[in-house]
Amino acid sequence: MASGTTAKKALHWVAVHSLGVAAALFFVLPFVFLFLTSVMSDQQALTRDLWPRTWEWDNYAQVWHTPGFLTWWRNTLLYAGLGTLLTVCSSVPVAYALAKFRFRGRRLSLMLVVAMMMLPPQVVVIPMYLFWAKQLGLSGTLWPLIVPMAFGDAFSIFLLRQFLLTIPDEYLDAARVDGCGELRTLLRVVLPMAKPGIAAVALFQFFTCWNDYFGPQIYASENPGAWTLSYGLESFKGAHHTDWNLTMAATVLVMAPVIVLFFFAQKAFVEGVTLTGVKG
Amino acid sequence: MTTGILPPRGAAARRRAAALRTAAFMSPWLIGFAVFFAYPLLSTVYFSFMKYDGFRPPSFNGLDNWSYVLTQYPLFWPAMRNTLWLVVVVVACRVAFGLGLGLLVTKIKTASGVFRTLFYLPYLAPPVAATLAFVFLLNPGTGPANTVLGAVGLPTPGWFTDPDWSKPALTALALWGIGDLMVIFMAALLDVPKEQYEAAELDGAGAWTRFRHITLPNISPIVLFAVVTGVIQSMQYYTQPLVAGKVAAGVIGGSGQQFEPGYPEKSTLTLPQLVYNAGFQRFDYGSACVIALVLFLLSMAFTALLMRRRGGLIGSGD
Repeated sequence: MASGTTAKKALHWVAVHSLGVAAALFFVLPFVFLFLTSVMSDQQALTRDLWPRTWEWDNYAQVWHTPGFLTWWRNTLLYAGLGTLLTVCSSVPVAYALAKFRFRGRRLSLMLVVAMMMLPPQVVVIPMYLFWAKQLGLSGTLWPLIVPMAFGDAFSIFLLRQFLLTIPDEYLDAARVDGCGELRTLLRVVLPMAKPGIAAVALFQFFTCWNDYFGPQIYASENPGAWTLSYGLESFKGAHHTDWNLTMAATVLVMAPVIVLFFFAQKAFVEGVTLTGVKG
Repeated sequence: MTTGILPPRGAAARRRAAALRTAAFMSPWLIGFAVFFAYPLLSTVYFSFMKYDGFRPPSFNGLDNWSYVLTQYPLFWPAMRNTLWLVVVVVACRVAFGLGLGLLVTKIKTASGVFRTLFYLPYLAPPVAATLAFVFLLNPGTGPANTVLGAVGLPTPGWFTDPDWSKPALTALALWGIGDLMVIFMAALLDVPKEQYEAAELDGAGAWTRFRHITLPNISPIVLFAVVTGVIQSMQYYTQPLVAGKVAAGVIGGSGQQFEPGYPEKSTLTLPQLVYNAGFQRFDYGSACVIALVLFLLSMAFTALLMRRRGGLIGSGD
C-alpha cells in the first residue's frame, strides 16, 4: 500500500513535470530561435539552419548604429517615463476619492471609469486626431499621447481604487483625528501603504506606453524624429526586409529592456496582474 | 481639503467643503472624461452623419455613411467576420489554455518559480516585436517552426501567408502571451479551500469529478472575468494582425504608405484596422466614425454584460 502510493506519487510527479517541460519549450523556443537568428550572417538567416555557423555579434552593433534607432529609444523612454509619472500623479487622487470618499455620483463615476477602460482607442481616434493635428498642430510629436495622461487613466484609476479599498478606514480616521486634512492623509498615510499598488500601476502604464503602436502610428508617423521603438521596429523590418538577422537583432533589443525590468520588479508586476482579476 | 482642523461650522458649509474637496480630488479625471471621452464620442456621432475628408468643410449627408459602410464598403463584413472569429476562437483557446496552465503550475513542485517565470515571460514581449518574431518563426519557406514540424512529420502550413492559416497563427501568438491569464487563474486556484478537496477525496471522487464539482464552481467568477475581458481585448485586436499582415506581405515600412490591409486576402483584417483604413488611408472620416461607433456599441454591450453579471467588478466597498 505504502509503496503503491509512493509509486503513484512519483508517476504523478513525472507526468506533471514532463507537461511542464513541454509547455516551457513552447514558451521559450521562440526566444531561442529569435536570438540564434539574430547572430547569424545575413545569408544564413535566409536558410533553414537553426544554429549559427558563425556568431555575428556585429549585427547588434549594426542595429544600434542604424540612423534613428537611438532617437526611437529616447522617444520611447520619454513617452513611457513621462506618461507613467503623469498617470500616477493624476490617477492617485481620483482613485482615493472613489475608494474612500462618500459622495453623490460616486457609483456613476465608477461605472464611467469602467466604460472608459473598455473603450477601444480607435472609437474616438478621428475627433482626437482632428483636435490634436488640425486644431493644435501637434501631429508629428508625441504630445498628443503624453498630455492626456495628466488627466487620469481609467485602468490605473480602477486598479488603484481596488487596491485602496484594501486599506482599512481606521488608519484614515486616526490620521484625521490627529488633525490631518485629506491631502495630508493621502500623502502621509495612504501613499506609503499603497506602494505595491502604485508600483503595479506604474509598471503597467510603463509597459502600455512602451508597447503602444497605434498611438505613435496615428500621431508620430509623419515625422521619423518622433517615432518610438514599436513603430520604428516595424519600419526597420520594411527597410531591411530580407535581412532577417538584423530585424531579429532589433527585435531582441526592443524586447530586452521590458524583460530586464520584469526581473527587477517581478513581485509588483505579478501582484498587479492578480489584482486586476481577483480583487473586487 | 482641510476639513479636520477647521472650527465647527454649519452643516451646509461642511457639505459644501466636502463637495469641493471631492471635486478637487476628482478633477483630473473629470477633465479627462470631458475632453478625452465625452467630447470625442459625441463628435464621432456627429461626424458619422457628415461627409468629411479633412480638407473641405464637413457637410451633412444623413445616413449615407451608414448605408455605405453596412452595404457597400467591401472590407466591412470581412472585418466583422474576422473580428467575431477572433473573439470566439481566441477567447475560448486562451481561457482553456490559461486555465490548464494555471492548474499545471499549481501542481509543479520542483523549480516551480522557474516554470512560472518561463511561462510568464512572453506576455511581456512588446506586441510589434512578438509579431515580427512570429512572422519570421512561422514563415513557410525557411522558418524554424516549419523546419521542426517537418522534421517530425507534421504538416507545414503557410501560416501568415495562407488565408486559412493566418488567424490560427494569430491565435498561436495570442496563446504564447498567456502569462496574464495564467497568473490570474493560478491565484484563483490557490484560493480554493483545501478542505473541500480533502473531503471529496475521502468520498472517493476522481480528479475529473473534483475539478468539475469543486474547482470550477469556486473559480467561475474568474472564468467569467477572463471571458469578458478577453472578448473586449479581442474586439480591440489591432497591432498584431496589422503588423503580421504588413510584414508577411512584405510592405516597405515608413510613413504614409498605402497598403492593402488584411493580407492575405483580408484574412487578418479586424474592425479597429478598418477605422484606420477608412480614416487615415481613404480620408473618409464619416465612414471611419460609423465603423468606430459599431465597435463602440459592441464593446459597450459586452461591458454592460460584465457589470450586470458580475456585479462585483465594482461592487465591493459599497
